[in-house]
Amino acid sequence: MFSYYLDLALRSLRRNKALTALMVVAIALGIGASMTTLTVLHVLSGDPLPEKSSKLFYPQIDPQDMDGYKPQDDPPAQVTWLDGIALLHAKRGDHQALMTGGAVPVQPAQSSIEPFFEDARYTTADFFPMFDVPLLFGRPWTSADDDSHARVVLISRKLNDKLFQGHDSTGQTLRMEDAAFRIIGVLDGWRPSPHFYDLNSGNYSEDEGVFVPLTTARELKFGRSGSMDCWGKGSGGEDDLEAASCVWLQFWVELDSPAKAAAYKEYLLHYSQEQKTLGRFQRPPNVRLPDLMGWLDYNKVVPGDVRLQAWLAFGFLLVCLVNTVGLMLAKFLRRSSELGVRRALGASKRAVFAQLLVEAGTIGLAGGIGGLLLAFVGLWLVRMQPSDYASLARLDLPMLLATFLLAIGASLLAGLLPAWRACQVTPALQLKSN
Amino acid sequence: MIQIKPILAAMRHHKAGTVLIALQIALTLAIVCNALFIIQQRTARLSRPSGVEESNLFVIRSDWADKSDPQHTDIQMQADLLALRQLGSVQDASPTNSFPLRGGGWDNFIKLAPDQVKMTTDAAIYFADEHSLATLGTKLIAGRNFTASEIGSQKPRDRLSSAQVIISKDLAQRLFPAGSALGKTIYVSADANKPSTVIGITDTLQAHMQSRRTPDYAYNAVLIPARLLDDGTVYLVRAKPGQLAAAMHDATKALYAQSRMRIIDRKDGVMTFAQVRQRFYKSDLGMAILMGIISVVLLAITAAGIVGLTSFWVGQRRKQIGVRRALGATRGDILNYFLTENLLIGIGGVLAGAVLAIGINLWMVTQFEMARLSLAYVAVGVVALLLLGQGAVLAPALRASHVSPVEATRSV
Repeated sequence: MFSYYLDLALRSLRRNKALTALMVVAIALGIGASMTTLTVLHVLSGDPLPEKSSKLFYPQIDPQDMDGYKPQDDPPAQVTWLDGIALLHAKRGDHQALMTGGAVPVQPAQSSIEPFFEDARYTTADFFPMFDVPLLFGRPWTSADDDSHARVVLISRKLNDKLFQGHDSTGQTLRMEDAAFRIIGVLDGWRPSPHFYDLNSGNYSEDEGVFVPLTTARELKFGRSGSMDCWGKGSGGEDDLEAASCVWLQFWVELDSPAKAAAYKEYLLHYSQEQKTLGRFQRPPNVRLPDLMGWLDYNKVVPGDVRLQAWLAFGFLLVCLVNTVGLMLAKFLRRSSELGVRRALGASKRAVFAQLLVEAGTIGLAGGIGGLLLAFVGLWLVRMQPSDYASLARLDLPMLLATFLLAIGASLLAGLLPAWRACQVTPALQLKSN
Repeated sequence: MIQIKPILAAMRHHKAGTVLIALQIALTLAIVCNALFIIQQRTARLSRPSGVEESNLFVIRSDWADKSDPQHTDIQMQADLLALRQLGSVQDASPTNSFPLRGGGWDNFIKLAPDQVKMTTDAAIYFADEHSLATLGTKLIAGRNFTASEIGSQKPRDRLSSAQVIISKDLAQRLFPAGSALGKTIYVSADANKPSTVIGITDTLQAHMQSRRTPDYAYNAVLIPARLLDDGTVYLVRAKPGQLAAAMHDATKALYAQSRMRIIDRKDGVMTFAQVRQRFYKSDLGMAILMGIISVVLLAITAAGIVGLTSFWVGQRRKQIGVRRALGATRGDILNYFLTENLLIGIGGVLAGAVLAIGINLWMVTQFEMARLSLAYVAVGVVALLLLGQGAVLAPALRASHVSPVEATRSV
């Protein structure tokens, strides 16, 4: 029966090529625009570490003085050196790491490569096991390396390809800012998106090329970047940030169960209270413990323009669908007499309804294929853009399936009303008027 | 005079089609109004003046590859500047940390009194020397330029402490709304012991930040007479008229000849000011273009939909049209009938659409950084869609008016 309906549908579509083309093009444009923007939105609002994100938390405490205090204010988005080190050494979580970003001049041994700046992450040993960072060669450093300010470095696969043509470079020396570091590991293409652990350095930016112990980076006065908020006396300069009343570090903790998370929040409250008793904190304890996705939501990492474009595209799709409903209605009603004959010859209302829906679905399928092609073009255009998320805009399998479901679902929905109206025809009346 | 009643009576026979066209017009109007408004907002940003004479200007970002001491950096910077200014294709050059449209940089709170707790306003900090104004092409509207002897140097960790500053016109007005800022004292750093005297006021000069959220600070800038001894520096270079490409090539070569221990990024280390502007406004321009394309396509689809549905109606009513013609209706009457019918549906659609447009805008105001939609856009959209509807219905209506009265006698 289905193949018969399909044959009927194709015949009918061929009969009025301009109208068919208009409906297919309208659906294709709507689907193409929606899928392009939805894919970008999907990529940008995705979970950077799906297996682990619910166990990773970003503690926030409020170490500021009473100047400008409002009870409902959120605590700062980063921590001071003193608090960061205190939380790190307390080891209350399953893993914890303190970190900041920066950039260092790399001086390659080969004279063929000129010195260049590489984005760096200064962090502590747990960074690698906590974030499940995959390693191509070597191993991460240990907390003993943190304590001894070891001159060790892990580099990205990209940097390893550039400097060592992809060979195992562990044990080799890398000169950065006039200091020699021993390479102990190479990351295996790791680019969590969004760049969740430090949202100051571009939410979707490329990841760092070198990873250095935080203590070593501070000792060698490596260039720091990111945001810094100060109060009271503030800082006397980059060299004494350890003592400054400024927040400039990110602290992450892994807590494997909800009970541990609750206990950790208690601990943060206790810590704030203790610091207040000591006179270092002045505000009443104000702590937060968002998990990874909660932290991304709080920071609204998805750009407003991208969300606006997605809404716009869906509005566009809606207009295209209304347009298709109108055209299909016209088309189906024009065939009232033909449908009247079919009904008179014994076809049930259901059969006529099914036949018309097959026709609507065929248009949807054609529109879906067109929309998919347009989505590929649209995403290619997005990738040409200079934004830092551009290279991420690719269609994956779930989105590909979603495109087809959306296209066929939308056109079936668009076919429902016209098909229902058309199968209401009274066979006798239609036959008589001919 | 067209009779509206029979048209309304006829509409009742094809409610679904009427409602669909009206709905489509309403949605299109709502989206197009808001899209036009966004286009206007974004393009208004594009055409803001930077206060810089942009042609023949380019910027070089040079990072030091070695970690040399500040004294060495200072000597190197002075040597670089001397070399740049001696080039035949270069008119002038100056060192800085940042420049208008850079996209980010060092901002400080500006205070009027040393013990003030809250800032008066916020301003972009541009390090400058006595050549900076000439290089930028920015004019002084009051006071004087820095002299060579006033130019100092400082590390990024030091607090700003210059005794003289030049400020932008907008900052001057903001700080001293009543009188002239010239000769007044302001505090550009947290250090209460370091007042700065305003010795000059520039004409309009834009800040470096993309400040959609803080539009108040967009034209606040302070020029500090010092070389900033950081991990790298920016050189602003003005080429002699028509020699931009040559100057860009010569300048890079001259800097490498001065010292090879520097990093000038291949991709964006050397940029013309036109490129700087393009980079700064890229997302605004992209959004405006996208909105434009969407609007045009939407209008086209809506027009096509109206043509399609009206054609169907004409086909359906050939007999009735024939009867009317036979009873004495002129071609003009038939044409008018379809135009009026479309106008009535259109008015219904645009009324709903105007409400929807304002509703969508109010929702966007809460969700995105967006201003209130001006009613002028709704008015323009209403007129445009009514005209579009009339234009789209014209072809099918003309076909209808050519239906012969003989049609009435056929097939009954």
